[in-house]
Amino acid sequence: MSSVLYDSQGPRAKQRNVLYTGLFAVAVAALVWWVYDSLDEKGQLEWVLWKPFFGSEAWSTYIWPGLQQTLLAAALSMVIALPLGALFGIARLSEHAWIRVPASVVVEFFRAIPVLVLMIFGNALFSAYMSVDPDDRPLYAVVTGLVLYNASVLAEIVRAGILSLPRGQSEAAMAVGLRKNQVMRFILLPQAVTAMLPAIVSQMVVIVKDTALGGAVLTFPDLMAAVSPMSSYYGANVIASFTVVALIYIVINFALTSFASWLEGRLRRGKKSTGAVIGADAVAELAAPGEHTDVTKGP
Amino acid sequence: MFDFSRDYDLLGAFWTTVQLAVLSAIGSLVWGTLLAAMRVGPVPLMRGFGTAYVNIVRNIPLTVVILFTSLGLNQTLGIKLGSDIIETSNFRLAVLGLVAYTSAFVCEALRSGINTVPVGQAEAARAIGLNFTQVLTLIVLPQAFRAVVGPLTNVLIALTKNTTVAAAIGVAEAALLMKDMIDREAQLLLIAAIFAFGFVCLTLPTGLLLGWVGKKVAVKR
Repeated sequence: MSSVLYDSQGPRAKQRNVLYTGLFAVAVAALVWWVYDSLDEKGQLEWVLWKPFFGSEAWSTYIWPGLQQTLLAAALSMVIALPLGALFGIARLSEHAWIRVPASVVVEFFRAIPVLVLMIFGNALFSAYMSVDPDDRPLYAVVTGLVLYNASVLAEIVRAGILSLPRGQSEAAMAVGLRKNQVMRFILLPQAVTAMLPAIVSQMVVIVKDTALGGAVLTFPDLMAAVSPMSSYYGANVIASFTVVALIYIVINFALTSFASWLEGRLRRGKKSTGAVIGADAVAELAAPGEHTDVTKGP
Repeated sequence: MFDFSRDYDLLGAFWTTVQLAVLSAIGSLVWGTLLAAMRVGPVPLMRGFGTAYVNIVRNIPLTVVILFTSLGLNQTLGIKLGSDIIETSNFRLAVLGLVAYTSAFVCEALRSGINTVPVGQAEAARAIGLNFTQVLTLIVLPQAFRAVVGPLTNVLIALTKNTTVAAAIGVAEAALLMKDMIDREAQLLLIAAIFAFGFVCLTLPTGLLLGWVGKKVAVKR
């Protein structure tokens, strides 16, 4: 194993590594033992507390309904935010200042504000001015907050996707006589959508994680919110409940992340496209307010 | 209409937000750098630990992490982080959760920074006889740090926005005050505008300033 930072190892370096490995293993083992000991002391490791998760009742009563709400909110947000984001992304590229400037202001504004603030605002808005069924209100509020934030991030992804295409594409399209909106619809957007697929899938991870805010703060009955009723019903198995819920989130998001990097690798290797890709790494950059450097360069 | 400042401690709430952000930023920079060092280092066990930590923590919602620090660590396991006052202990737990979560992103930013340094730089350094420490401190890290100012700024901004999650465990920061005010006052749009303005003031200048610095110091290739 060699890297930028160090040479292939000789006998002395290998010996040193064995020493480091040993020391680190001892440190990790001490940590694990401490965690085990404190869990054991508080009786959190008793089989009674973990047993419910190996039966069907906990899953059908608490986890699955919560998970459904989480996935519903995430899917709704993505479906609504995508076209909005595309609209604003294209508007930011407009030649007309009166379209470009307002779109930029909106996008910068919503990227600068925490999702939770948007959700709380949405919740109050629905309860004060709109006749939404109080049972549905948390879902509406969560989706509103997620849409406002993610549409502006997706707008940046769309913009970066279009900008990532070689200029020859639009020049050639104009040369054969297409109008501006035809160039956008037939030439640039289809290629940009391919280029930004990995980024869109990565953004899905952010959305799934952010739905948990609704469960914690806005009484949205999602997977996160399932923890408290579940742990009080099964005799205060807080640690067990948190572990199971966290594992579910990890499995979903890890699957999405892996899918995104698989897509990215496939697109980068692909011969048919222009090779432009907005990768998962670019999303963090595009999600922050302010100007951006070129995000299309691969690692 | 503007008499909120008498009844509500707006500046105090935003000050708590800033404190959360700054303390967590320092903590996650330290822990994230250690993680990055493990991930790029030559010891396989440390690499494995770093990779596992980052992949697990990145995929858990921050809300779950923060609530776990309160419900799990504090109330179930009795970890109080050296304070019997609930407010102080919750604040510290929130910082702990934010550090644990954000350091995974700091680690990834630093690692990608190290990856931007061309292999030839380190190879040339080794060819003229520098040892590992010298390669790292004289050649690779100076270039890597200059490349990560931009990505780290994004992490810092995300962290500033993420401090609102501490509202879930009752830390008296801006989002909690906003919820409180909305529950009690009628001027919804005004309250929302005040808090939106507060967060724009915290995040946008940071992004613009540090983004500019990042571009300024980045190694042109």
